[in-house]
Amino acid sequence: MDKLIAAKSEPLWNTNNKVISVIVGLVILLFALPLVGLNSFYLHLFIMIFMHAVMAQSWNVIAGFSGQISLGHGAFFGIGAYATSFFYMEYGITPWISIFFGMFVSGIFAVLIGIPMLRLSGHYFAIATLLIGISFQVVFQRWDLVGAASGLWVTMTPEDSWTALQFHSSKVPYYYIFLVFFLVSFFAVWVLSRSKLGYRLRAVRDDPQAALSLCINVSNYKIIAYVISAMIMAPMGSLFAQYILIIDPDRVFNIEISIIVLLITVLGGIGNVWGPIIGASILIPISEYSRIYLGGTGGAVDLILYGLILMIICVFRPNGLISFIPKDILERKKQR
Amino acid sequence: MKILSVENLSRSFGGIKANDDISFNVDQGSILGIIGPNGAGKSTLFDLITGYTKADRGKVEFFEKNIFGLSPDKISNLGVGRTFQKLKPFADQTLLENVMIGAFVKEQNIKKARDKALEIIDFVDLIEKRHHFAKELSTGQRKRLEMARAMAIEPKLLLMDEVTGGVDQKTIPGLVELIKKLKKTGVTIITIEHNINIIMEISDNVLALDQGKSIAFGPPKEIQKNKEVIDSYLGTFDAA
Amino acid sequence: MTSEIILQAIVTGLMMGLIYALIAAGLSLIFGLMEIVNFAHGEHLMLSMFSSFWLWSLFGLDPLFSIPITILLMAFCGVLTHYFLIRYILKAKMLIQICATFGLSIFIRSIAQLLWTPDFRNVDKPLLEGRIELGSVFIGQPQLYASLVCLIAFVGLYLFVTKTETGLALQATAQDRHAAEVLGIPSNKMFAIGWAIGLGCVGVAGGMMANYFFIFTDVGINFALFAFVAVALGGFGSIIGCLYAGIIIGLVESLGGLLIDPSFKLLYVFVIYLLVVIYKPQGLFGRY
Repeated sequence: MDKLIAAKSEPLWNTNNKVISVIVGLVILLFALPLVGLNSFYLHLFIMIFMHAVMAQSWNVIAGFSGQISLGHGAFFGIGAYATSFFYMEYGITPWISIFFGMFVSGIFAVLIGIPMLRLSGHYFAIATLLIGISFQVVFQRWDLVGAASGLWVTMTPEDSWTALQFHSSKVPYYYIFLVFFLVSFFAVWVLSRSKLGYRLRAVRDDPQAALSLCINVSNYKIIAYVISAMIMAPMGSLFAQYILIIDPDRVFNIEISIIVLLITVLGGIGNVWGPIIGASILIPISEYSRIYLGGTGGAVDLILYGLILMIICVFRPNGLISFIPKDILERKKQR
Repeated sequence: MKILSVENLSRSFGGIKANDDISFNVDQGSILGIIGPNGAGKSTLFDLITGYTKADRGKVEFFEKNIFGLSPDKISNLGVGRTFQKLKPFADQTLLENVMIGAFVKEQNIKKARDKALEIIDFVDLIEKRHHFAKELSTGQRKRLEMARAMAIEPKLLLMDEVTGGVDQKTIPGLVELIKKLKKTGVTIITIEHNINIIMEISDNVLALDQGKSIAFGPPKEIQKNKEVIDSYLGTFDAA
Repeated sequence: MTSEIILQAIVTGLMMGLIYALIAAGLSLIFGLMEIVNFAHGEHLMLSMFSSFWLWSLFGLDPLFSIPITILLMAFCGVLTHYFLIRYILKAKMLIQICATFGLSIFIRSIAQLLWTPDFRNVDKPLLEGRIELGSVFIGQPQLYASLVCLIAFVGLYLFVTKTETGLALQATAQDRHAAEVLGIPSNKMFAIGWAIGLGCVGVAGGMMANYFFIFTDVGINFALFAFVAVALGGFGSIIGCLYAGIIIGLVESLGGLLIDPSFKLLYVFVIYLLVVIYKPQGLFGRY
């Protein structure tokens, strides 16, 4: 009985003050960095890390939490990108509103794809998402309304504009926008992972049969995870479109997007909220630097490396780099 | 009062009748033991009742409500808990998390769910192992985990598949005590058992299956005397 | 639209379908054996086409004669794949298995791009050339022979799996690898054989297609997608199901292209996939 009382008095979560202060310190540092004057390349590097961390986090929700592999997650990125650019150009709607529209459309697509596919075992879903990723690219390449293969060239505002979400004189505003989205998405997923929903999703991933015996409607939960995942992905597409201001199907529906989110997550640690952040902080610098030093062939060398890393991680460290860090530091207390 | 009533439940797999016209009733608060040799259709019967396998025909009523054809999650939501013969713990999660997932059915609040899970873990005597990952537990402990997890959904009926199967001799008495302790909480239990002595000890009624057919149903004393049961089953198991 | 054009599309679809069927059969064999979907299947097909191309361009060997070499190379490639990658992930979670073969596909495709550039190549003046005219229908000779060879290989594969001792051992391993091990069938060896045969099938298809298809590093993607769909339609692990599914996909592709718009071929196949998965999730045909 005493043991029970003692167990009940334990805190729900392991709060390691050192870890918390390190994280708070890092966040403050991230906010302060542009003030000390980062050059344009480093701003770009950080923006890419933030963006890819969120994209990978989105993939982590469907794959890491609910155990379903999506091989065409780039589709939602593209939907987000096209949503803001198209509505801004056609109707002058500010991207701040159409970001939500992109999220909404992505969510709808996730439901439509999820309902038939997620009732079945994982391979059906993986194959379907692979088809979806490529189908979107094909459709947008030939869809004249959205500029077909040449894509959309967003009308440039003469000056920096927060309503049009365009900044030409400096990358600093983009840096802060991506940083805020990064922190918000990360926090949202972190809350999700600790919620009832998060527990139930992990149950679905670990053993769907057992989950059924605990009143969990397995396919509904997979669909919920897929919708959440899609809705995290879409805003990144929207922001990316505002960042580069030229989007075309080969860029925003590229299969490489689907590959890199998977790679970042698996590299960092799948199913772990921290995994995508670790993966992105390692992989994106590698990718950006290799693009600089290897020039034109960079694309292929990048991908060779991605493929190789992916295989090596799968064989030797299926839980990702995060598994090098003792669990009790980040997640839960283990008392023996 | 009848809690579960099964009528003419049948299911065949490619010509083999795994369950053939099974009928029985379970009274509230009692323990029904199911015995039968390997391949008699015991686990299939569980799968049919809990909706994991679709029955070809028959009727299953739980509190006089028809649950035939419902999906497993709906059936468990009505208050039917179960464990699995081939254990299915959430391997990458701790014992506490495993039980919490069950506790979330009745408790929305994390803290309340945690405390409730802890109480149940304490009930199955594993409180010290609460932060161990399920994959690190022994078979006997994982059986307790599954029982705790099923109890966490506050079932009115609990189906337990081979609680004492696959564990060593020393572990069995503890598990049997646990079943008895469980019965005292008022939950109705159906248990599949290989060990005939245990079934005779704990059950109020016994259902004997052989080759998918129900060959006897009644209190343990009667079953022990039943000629058909002795012929097809008891004879072989006295030796074992 | 005349009936001749439709007939022409049906014949074309049928011929492509037989090729899809063989590629899918290789995939299905591997899946049936170890429940792993080879997401690098398209890249293996690309490799076999390049093997055929290089044997022609470096040694002047016609694709028709280099087929045995290509098959052997691909079978060897299959054994290597098993030895260096697959055997490590046999017990891993499905998630990791998918990521690993997906990683392999990226790896092979981008190495090929680095080595051979993404240019389009083709074999000039192969022995199989020209076309024959049957009534109003034109049939390309290389296409015709490719589909016939694929059909023969398919029948051979089916007989091998269902009739020979090794084939039955493969089936036993597919059903229960532990029980098979008890019977003295080493599952690791069976897996290696499965990969060799699975990619051997791809070698046949790739080698024959080198006669008339453009050869480039991304050529495998569409074929692999169609093969995945065929395997799902045929019922995962079923070999004979792949034959029907392959033909259905070939017909859908060519008739859809004719009746609606050829640039959306992938979408028609995708729609078929959705429909089958929704209405008949166990696949159109059972296992084996």
